[in-house]
Amino acid sequence: MMRLSIFFSTLLIAGTLSAQVSFDRIVNAGKEPQNWLTYSGNMMSQRYSPLAQITPQNVKDLEQKWVFQARSLEKFEATPLVVDGIMYTVQAPNDIVALDPVTGRVFWTYSYSPSPASRPCCGRVNRGVAVVGDTLFMGTIDAHLVAVDAKNGRPLWNTTVAKPEAGYAITHAPLVIKDKVIVGVAGGEFGIRGFIAAYDVKTGKEDWRFNTIPGPGEPGHETWAGDSWKTGGASVWVTGSYDPALNLTYWGIGNAGPDYNGDLRAGDNLYSSSVVALDADTGKIKWHYQFSPHDEFDYDAVQVPVLADIVWQGQMRKVMLWANRNGFFYVLDRATGKFLLGKPFVEVNWASGFDEAGRPMRIPGKVPTPEGTVIFPGNQGGTNWYSPSFSPRTGLFYIPSWVNYSSVYIKADADYEEGKRFVGTSPRSLIGGANGGAAKINTRREDEGYGAVRAIDPMTGDRKWEFKMNDVTDAGIMTTGSDLLFSGGREGYFFALDARNGQLLWRANLGGTVASGPMSYSVAGKQYIAVSAGNSLFVYGLRE
Amino acid sequence: MRLLSLSLLLLLPVALQAQHTYTPADIQEGGRLFRANCVLCHGPEGDQVPGIDLGHGRFRQTYSESALIKIIQNGIPGTGMPPNNLQDFQAEIVVAYLRSLATAGRTVTGNGNAARGKVIFAGKGNCASCHRVNGVGSRVGPDLSDIAALRRTVEIEQSLLDPNAEVLPQNRTYRVVTSQGETITGRLLNVDTFTVQILDSKERLLSLQRSGLRESGLVKDSPMPSYRDKLSSQELADVVAYLATLKGL
Repeated sequence: MMRLSIFFSTLLIAGTLSAQVSFDRIVNAGKEPQNWLTYSGNMMSQRYSPLAQITPQNVKDLEQKWVFQARSLEKFEATPLVVDGIMYTVQAPNDIVALDPVTGRVFWTYSYSPSPASRPCCGRVNRGVAVVGDTLFMGTIDAHLVAVDAKNGRPLWNTTVAKPEAGYAITHAPLVIKDKVIVGVAGGEFGIRGFIAAYDVKTGKEDWRFNTIPGPGEPGHETWAGDSWKTGGASVWVTGSYDPALNLTYWGIGNAGPDYNGDLRAGDNLYSSSVVALDADTGKIKWHYQFSPHDEFDYDAVQVPVLADIVWQGQMRKVMLWANRNGFFYVLDRATGKFLLGKPFVEVNWASGFDEAGRPMRIPGKVPTPEGTVIFPGNQGGTNWYSPSFSPRTGLFYIPSWVNYSSVYIKADADYEEGKRFVGTSPRSLIGGANGGAAKINTRREDEGYGAVRAIDPMTGDRKWEFKMNDVTDAGIMTTGSDLLFSGGREGYFFALDARNGQLLWRANLGGTVASGPMSYSVAGKQYIAVSAGNSLFVYGLRE
Repeated sequence: MRLLSLSLLLLLPVALQAQHTYTPADIQEGGRLFRANCVLCHGPEGDQVPGIDLGHGRFRQTYSESALIKIIQNGIPGTGMPPNNLQDFQAEIVVAYLRSLATAGRTVTGNGNAARGKVIFAGKGNCASCHRVNGVGSRVGPDLSDIAALRRTVEIEQSLLDPNAEVLPQNRTYRVVTSQGETITGRLLNVDTFTVQILDSKERLLSLQRSGLRESGLVKDSPMPSYRDKLSSQELADVVAYLATLKGL
């Protein structure tokens, strides 16, 4: 009887705490640090948690609280959301799971069966869900967008976004802005024509669509030779950001296709390898900046657009911080797209710098060739989709980096056939991608490439410190209100550094590659840290 | 006809240029796939089917690289060439491996006698002091029980003559000095930011915390001595012939 009453009172407390997640709450996520309401924690995508109970002094007392072992052998790339005491994550490829964030016990699972026609290039993965009201949203690897009741896991609507048979997929967490849920499509290795689209949160009806490759008559169409725009890729596979004051949403766009042979697509190939700023109500483009014009190195600009308000050369400025796969760190004015700074954060040999307008100056001969050309950074990039972090406390920008890393780029013919890979051969690297990597076994030399967390001063692009790892990293980074930095790597370690100087403070061996970004939340006044590694989700808290 | 001649002329230079564009690991994996899928008909040197010498780019007609990849994947209907369940990348590195055959040449030590080679391996060559074959010999060096399934005879020969020419990543040597001053050397099995795992010269599997070591790092040169001046040309050929029989269980 006593146990029953405790059970009911727990239920009541949960019911009292639970409230609809208004869009206003999402925009002001910083006011409720106990929750984690979007993929990157807030609309500025800083992956910074103001929580400060776990500190550099007590972080050594972290202990594992629970583990959720996914019934999937795929990479666990999702960042969970925590909403008023409930955690939501995705078990690959497309099962939404609602859990108790204190115990890890499952409330419910929504299982979605993707079409057998789905063929994502690089794993049947998913990086998380979005929430507004009482509804969760998930993109699927067969390019559907589904809405699910956050209380009982029942589907509410299911919209076909694109054709999986043609190579389209959705792998990133959607972004909710006002009454719309926004997604982009992956498939850059299959000759898709990319787009970003907004859907009504209540009905799933498409509201606007922005083609990442302009069609005939649209500005930028002239940057594609002949019919190459029809199969030029320019995919989207990492969640964008939003500035409510400017009402602009920012998205990174993937590489042009075929990836390694640009002969058939002469021109800059807009908006591939670019960031675009779109009006959140209409999807109309306000500005763009192209990091890698006429890319032939698979330098997707699919990094999380990190927004920051900083004092830039004496004046407060709304900027965007961006460590690109192409090896350069950038600062852009996010109101206008103006190029403010570009500086390598790893070895770069394809460009020597930038002209006045911020266009990279190419180094002659550094292009894919039939006999092969060594290019730094290599095919996985100086960084990739792995979430960086900006700490407003330290003022530093933290990048998961691949150092001393190159690939040999070989050029070959590519013929388009719907649903088939359309890349023009494959680069060769000593270090494999996340699918091909040795993961557990490493006998490499340092000059063959290694991973690092690199801390950059956004004002100068200079490196402040570096934490070196023996192997490379596919892990995102989170910083906290107590100047802790959490990250991991392919070796399977999850660790805490002092965000001010890079000193290692704590580590745990999770036994599988960390291919996700850490996040933090609190329940009943206790802070937790969550990260996915291998096939499981691990949650840590202070020893009691 | 003109096209055919041109293609034949083009094929070899491309092959020669392309050999440097694949990593040793790519070539090795391509060779493994070749042996797993192709060697039954084409033979280990790729010259077993009449009129076809894969190792020297000789086919019954000329094919581009992409055509070769398609043939590997889809086969040639109406012939003995079946389709193979290989991904694009796998088929590409099989072709890369075949190109490496074309440019790697043949052994320089001539024909050997495997039976004599086995005696030299165990005796004069003292090979078993580092290497193990079918459960006999030391584990300190690479186990050679299936070396012929992994490496071509020309590569085996190169390892005997010039061991430093190519040390595969899995055969790198690591040296540490412990906090007590003990020097330990062994084959590097795995290393991460905080620990290192080796098989040391006493055949111990050791896992060490790197922070507790005075010194640690890879040894540049292979511990394998060159046999160029230790064995005669015929003896070398005999050892190569013996190793070429070791194809595993």
